[in-house]
Amino acid sequence: MTQPDGMILGGLGDPVHDSQRCFRGILDAMSRPARPVTLASPPDAPPGVAPATMAVLHCLLDQDTPLWLDPGLQARAARHISFHTQAPLVAEMSAASFILVGDGLQLPDLSCLPLGDPAYPERGATLLVQVGDLASGGALRFRGPGIDGTADLQIDGLAPEFWPAFAVNTELFPLGFDTILFAGTRIVGLPRTTLLEEA
Amino acid sequence: MYVAVKGGEKAIAGAHRLLAEERRGDPAVPEISLDQIEQQLSFAVDRVMSEGSLYDPELAALAIKQARGDLVEAVFLLRAYRTTLPRFADSLPIDTADMAVRRRVSAIFKDLPGGQMLGPTFDYTLRLLDFSLMAEGKPADIEVPMSASDPMPADAPAQMPRVTDLLVADGILAAETDDGERPADITRIPLSFPADRATRLQALARGDEGFLLGLGYSTQRGYGRSHPFAGEIRMGDVAVELQPEELPFPIEIGDIELTECQMVNQYKGDAENPPQFTRGYGLAFGQGERKAMAMALVDRALRAEELGEVATSPAQDAEFVLSHCDNLEASGFVQHLKLPHYVDFQAELSTLRALRAAHAKRAEAAE
Amino acid sequence: MTTPDSRGGSYNFAYLDEQSKRMIRRAILKAVALPGYQVPFGGREMPMPHGWGTGGIQVTASIIGRDDVLKVIDQGADDTTNAVSIRNFFLRTTGVATTERTADASIIQTRHRMPERKLQEGQIMVFQVPIPEPLRWLEPRESETRTMHALAEYGIMHVRLYEDIARLGRIATAYDYPVQVNGRYLMRPSPIPKFDNPKLDRNPALLLFGAGREKRIYAVPPYTDVKSLDFEDHPFEVQSWDHTCALCGADDSFLDEIVTDDKGGRMFVCSDTDYCAERRTADGANAEAAE
Repeated sequence: MTQPDGMILGGLGDPVHDSQRCFRGILDAMSRPARPVTLASPPDAPPGVAPATMAVLHCLLDQDTPLWLDPGLQARAARHISFHTQAPLVAEMSAASFILVGDGLQLPDLSCLPLGDPAYPERGATLLVQVGDLASGGALRFRGPGIDGTADLQIDGLAPEFWPAFAVNTELFPLGFDTILFAGTRIVGLPRTTLLEEA
Repeated sequence: MYVAVKGGEKAIAGAHRLLAEERRGDPAVPEISLDQIEQQLSFAVDRVMSEGSLYDPELAALAIKQARGDLVEAVFLLRAYRTTLPRFADSLPIDTADMAVRRRVSAIFKDLPGGQMLGPTFDYTLRLLDFSLMAEGKPADIEVPMSASDPMPADAPAQMPRVTDLLVADGILAAETDDGERPADITRIPLSFPADRATRLQALARGDEGFLLGLGYSTQRGYGRSHPFAGEIRMGDVAVELQPEELPFPIEIGDIELTECQMVNQYKGDAENPPQFTRGYGLAFGQGERKAMAMALVDRALRAEELGEVATSPAQDAEFVLSHCDNLEASGFVQHLKLPHYVDFQAELSTLRALRAAHAKRAEAAE
Repeated sequence: MTTPDSRGGSYNFAYLDEQSKRMIRRAILKAVALPGYQVPFGGREMPMPHGWGTGGIQVTASIIGRDDVLKVIDQGADDTTNAVSIRNFFLRTTGVATTERTADASIIQTRHRMPERKLQEGQIMVFQVPIPEPLRWLEPRESETRTMHALAEYGIMHVRLYEDIARLGRIATAYDYPVQVNGRYLMRPSPIPKFDNPKLDRNPALLLFGAGREKRIYAVPPYTDVKSLDFEDHPFEVQSWDHTCALCGADDSFLDEIVTDDKGGRMFVCSDTDYCAERRTADGANAEAAE
């Protein structure tokens, strides 16, 4: 069944405590990068949006966080997302603090992401990308703050051109964007400090 | 035998009990009511609302009662309450030209449209203790000190043009125009420097009256002199309006009492701009003339850089002024020194002892 | 759990409204992504004074949930007045479980100390920070120090430490000793004694720092390099005592000095009350077992 654009589903069952639990999941993911974290009891999500993605949008976005949606999500999920989060939807990636990509195989031009400035590097965007699957182990090996030695990760459904952009991002530190990957109810954090050691 | 200090919990409960007793004072004396505070200590209420950034006379009165008249503490109570309130909407900018004026004085023209209106002011009272106020329940005899103008002329016009608007129309005072930019909200976005004027004014509006008074005073004594004239001070009620999205016109949600001060200051001009007057601006909730005037002086001083003046004095240093004008921050940090610092002191002690031992060794070797 | 206010309204779980929490949460995530960098945030007024830990309290209020177990210490002790007051605040506004045992806590809020016991993965330590800027005593202007951080221009700090060595033969900074995080940002660890600095390095727990009055949040993620500044010829070293704890005999913990009389009498006891109590209980148990 397809839902028409503009369908608005329910929000968080318990906004205060659901948001808190979700935030701890995100905090865990960002402070221990490349390790999948499962978000418990995520909310309803419109078609094309993973439950974990919707949970994170509820948790982090509001009227102070301009959001960029890729064209597919813009058509299918914009109304639900903007109704629940109140986040202003922006047409230019450069004006967004959060960028949501519905399909990791169809990445937008990542060179347009806000990277912050040297005095305020925290103004770099947070990139949210939905992928096919996320699992520990696998061919990608990461290191960096939050990782005890190295962490291995399996990512399905992420376009290969992501990695050159990721490598440039590493070079630009402390400027840069921070990435969260989503698959179903799982998320993986890849903050700008995380280094891809071997692919 | 020493045992590790326990009993913090008990000590705190005891302190709170004592505090409650002290607040109430002698129970034989009737308890003060919020109405009495609101009506009879209105300057205190106004100051607490201004620096508390919340227009609510009832809660300000409650804060003053709870704080036993410690106004900085009362400001704190109000701010802590305010900070968690949800925000429903932004009002439209208020227009003080439309003020229902109860006091209006200008120091730069003897008479002007709307006239001078003295209103309720301490200005010409003789500061003699009025012992008749000691007699409870008996209204004091009111001897109205009449001055050049009636405190409330019968022919007060509904609208009283602002003196500064008259000067701008003549081209001798720099116009201040709304650039349409949405001002930052310093209660939500921390100060950063350089700070624009809207941001500076917000910080000054909630800044400590005493701190601003001292700084404003310093500019009059040569530390950042800007030749101020009190262009106009006006006090009265101003309507607050909202523009709901679904309505074609704004709706009025109530009135607030305000005091506004516009200082007119010298400016020599530069290559592009002819010599003209510039202004400093002050605004306070309720009747807050001292605060509004001090704020206007400091606002003008902080425009030094913008106006191409050499900024050498404390009142002209935005980072210095804005970082230190908030009395909650200042009071908290000064008073936090009474919290335990055993660990830091111990660390210092051990360093100091080592340095002293080394010093003694060197002195011995030198002998 | 909510606390009614005088007008029939109520305060939210953990006091802060949800919008404030979201803003703080976003700041925390950026802080984690920029280890040691001070993220500005819209600090709120809390119902306790600035300087009393409002930054740490806002951080804790934004992360804490019903499943958490909270420990609050000041000077290493759970029972100092400020620790009690903050713990009561969270009890009243969240109803979460509290503990004095470092090992049992999921969140530990602290002022001026790190516990002696090694922290574990999954634990979060929240530090109360009075002045977050490590360069502040050298350059009072935020506009200047921000530029120094942008350029990683930390020479003035090295010069200042070296001046100590030249004048006094050693670095005289005993607490709030500057560190460099992940090889990039210079960071103030808050006024913990330098004795605690080695615990910052590659700690398995997440370390969050909140400065309320100065409106800054910063972080050290788990397993992150934290180096105390030093020189090859003057390596970093921590305090040591000629004494052991008079209560538990520990020779590896930070000691408080207690003045016992007016004739120069002194005794030394653990500043970490949980560590000390645990050691004494264990000793007691051992003694009983031996009998």
